[in-house]
Amino acid sequence: MSIFLNKDSKVIVQGITGGEGTKHTARMLAAGTQVVGGVNARKAGTTVAHKDQGGNDVELPVFGSVSEAVEQTGANASIVFVPPKFCKDAVIEAIDASVPLVVVITEGIPVQDSAEFWAYSKTKTGADGKPTTRIIGPNCPGIISPEESLLGITPANITGKGKLGLVSKSGTLTYQMMFELRDLGFTTAIGIGGDPVIGTTHIDALEAFEADPETEGIVMIGEIGGDAEERAAEYIKANVTKPVVGYVAGFTAPEGKTMGHAGAIVSGSSGTAQAKKEALEAAGVKVGKTPTETAELMRELMGAK
Amino acid sequence: MDLFEYQARDLFEKHGVPVLQGYVATTAEEAKEAAEKIGGVTVVKAQVKVGGRGKAGGVKVAKTADEAYEYAQQILGMDIKGHTVHRVMIAQGADIAEEYYFSLLLDRANRSYLAMCSVEGGMEIEQLAVERPEALARVEVDPNQGITEEKARQIVTEAKFDDETAEKVVPVLVKLGEVYTKEDATLVEVNPLVKTGDGQILALDGKVSLDENADFRQPDHESLVDKAAENPLEAKAKEKGLNYVKLDGQVGIIGNGAGLVMSTLDVVAYAGEAHGGVKPANFLDIGGGASAEVMADGLDVILGDEDVKSVFVNVFGGITACDAVANGIVKALEILGDSATKPLVVRLDGNNVEEGRRILEEANHPLVTSVDTMDGGADRAAELAAAAN
Repeated sequence: MSIFLNKDSKVIVQGITGGEGTKHTARMLAAGTQVVGGVNARKAGTTVAHKDQGGNDVELPVFGSVSEAVEQTGANASIVFVPPKFCKDAVIEAIDASVPLVVVITEGIPVQDSAEFWAYSKTKTGADGKPTTRIIGPNCPGIISPEESLLGITPANITGKGKLGLVSKSGTLTYQMMFELRDLGFTTAIGIGGDPVIGTTHIDALEAFEADPETEGIVMIGEIGGDAEERAAEYIKANVTKPVVGYVAGFTAPEGKTMGHAGAIVSGSSGTAQAKKEALEAAGVKVGKTPTETAELMRELMGAK
Repeated sequence: MDLFEYQARDLFEKHGVPVLQGYVATTAEEAKEAAEKIGGVTVVKAQVKVGGRGKAGGVKVAKTADEAYEYAQQILGMDIKGHTVHRVMIAQGADIAEEYYFSLLLDRANRSYLAMCSVEGGMEIEQLAVERPEALARVEVDPNQGITEEKARQIVTEAKFDDETAEKVVPVLVKLGEVYTKEDATLVEVNPLVKTGDGQILALDGKVSLDENADFRQPDHESLVDKAAENPLEAKAKEKGLNYVKLDGQVGIIGNGAGLVMSTLDVVAYAGEAHGGVKPANFLDIGGGASAEVMADGLDVILGDEDVKSVFVNVFGGITACDAVANGIVKALEILGDSATKPLVVRLDGNNVEEGRRILEEANHPLVTSVDTMDGGADRAAELAAAAN
């Protein structure tokens, strides 16, 4: 089984007519994702031409709003490609339409906008008291359940279906790790994003992987900044029974410098890679020195099982 | 981006937070003029983006304008924890009766905002938080509400201000909340917030960090950038739109994606342990594109770094195809011509890797070594850098 996303997920693309939206709609369709339409208020009523996984022509409808798209198509997932200044409104629109899963790919969103849509999502809860909308990102590669569905920009041909779950703050490091462990394959790989404020966290993914019967081992990739890895380590110690290996990037990052990702910054003595590694190891997680060594550790754990 | 104290003061003033007169000066003459303008007792304060300047002798009380001139002369050029003082702020002297603490910041862990406030200001807040946590009120602020009057009242109540002072502090906190939201800040800190002898509340010293992602809607923030303090290589990279951070090692690094590049730095430092301790010279993320121009710009910046002895290009082709990257490298070397003199170790993997490796092999450039793995490439680049040392 996969988590959060499967072959039955019906996807709409917010920003389907833009450059990135067009490119990745094509790639998601080719990966087998059921893309059922898109949103662009100025182009409502038109369609966009694409090919499905089998190479057949498809015409995807463009709607004026997320709620209309959901009503017409029964979509239960959305992906946001709109530019930073419009992202907050786009995400709030998806929350208002009660879309269960929203992936925000866009990089460069003002952090107050992310804090605002996150706070807003917490006010829209379902019967279980949890937010109706799960947000992944922003500034992330999205989520892929290999051979089932891709809701993001991760290359679908790196690896097939398998027994590992992966959660990471970084895009290319996710690709690298999927590539390293392509012999074992993945149930689902999630890039949760490199911004200071993100929706789905390491802990959310760990919880879902722990509950998923087909996931046998979990790879967790972190990087400098904040204390998400430390909190994930505590969670693992208390709640995760499956083998977990970890990797943390940014040991050589100097204090006070933002390393590419807006959230990747060591402030004073907090947020260091060393502290994160130590916290993970204290929770019984094996942490590799390089991505390759991390993959090797996972392979050993899986072989020993 | 962290601001200088004088810039924070100006933002406070812009949003109606009560502050004292203060002027920035880059010479002792300017400092004297400012002190004359203010009149009476002034404080000459070093403008550095690091704490502990008072202990380092970077803050002096001047009774006259001539004294302000003398102190400015002493403080300008001073080194405070590795930061050279290029500016001083001449601030009006204050009659301080009590000192408080206030901050509003982005709380990453809770994905919210956090206000912290104490009636025991003046000391380092980290110290207060450890030694007397009960004296530091911590109140969550809803990002969609900001600091309303009601929220400000909750903060001052939890911080245990007396009623009379609380009444005066509440409107100041509301204004500080406006600084935070209207300026797209991630931190607004006032330490100390003071009550003067005649009962006025003043923000005496402020720290503000701004979110660079919001620059598109904050056109005024451009003017707050301390261009003089930028490393020349970082400035050059920024001009070309590259995501670059200068470090102090010998192996130049180019990669795609922030996480992979950070990881590459670590793997090079790890490999360097076996080669005389060579280290990565920079962080450079060329992002998704990796066109010949971007590659040439990146190489140009890295090869302009005198410390660099070898370069490691580590690309995992996700959306970017490896053949495009390989072509980019070959064309970049053509563009750079004789100015490219340092060995390049290239590791390509992922999308269209065979074609990428074939292009490099065919070009057979004398400076380029193609390797199969990230760890292998890091080791080779470290070895080459060590050999050139």
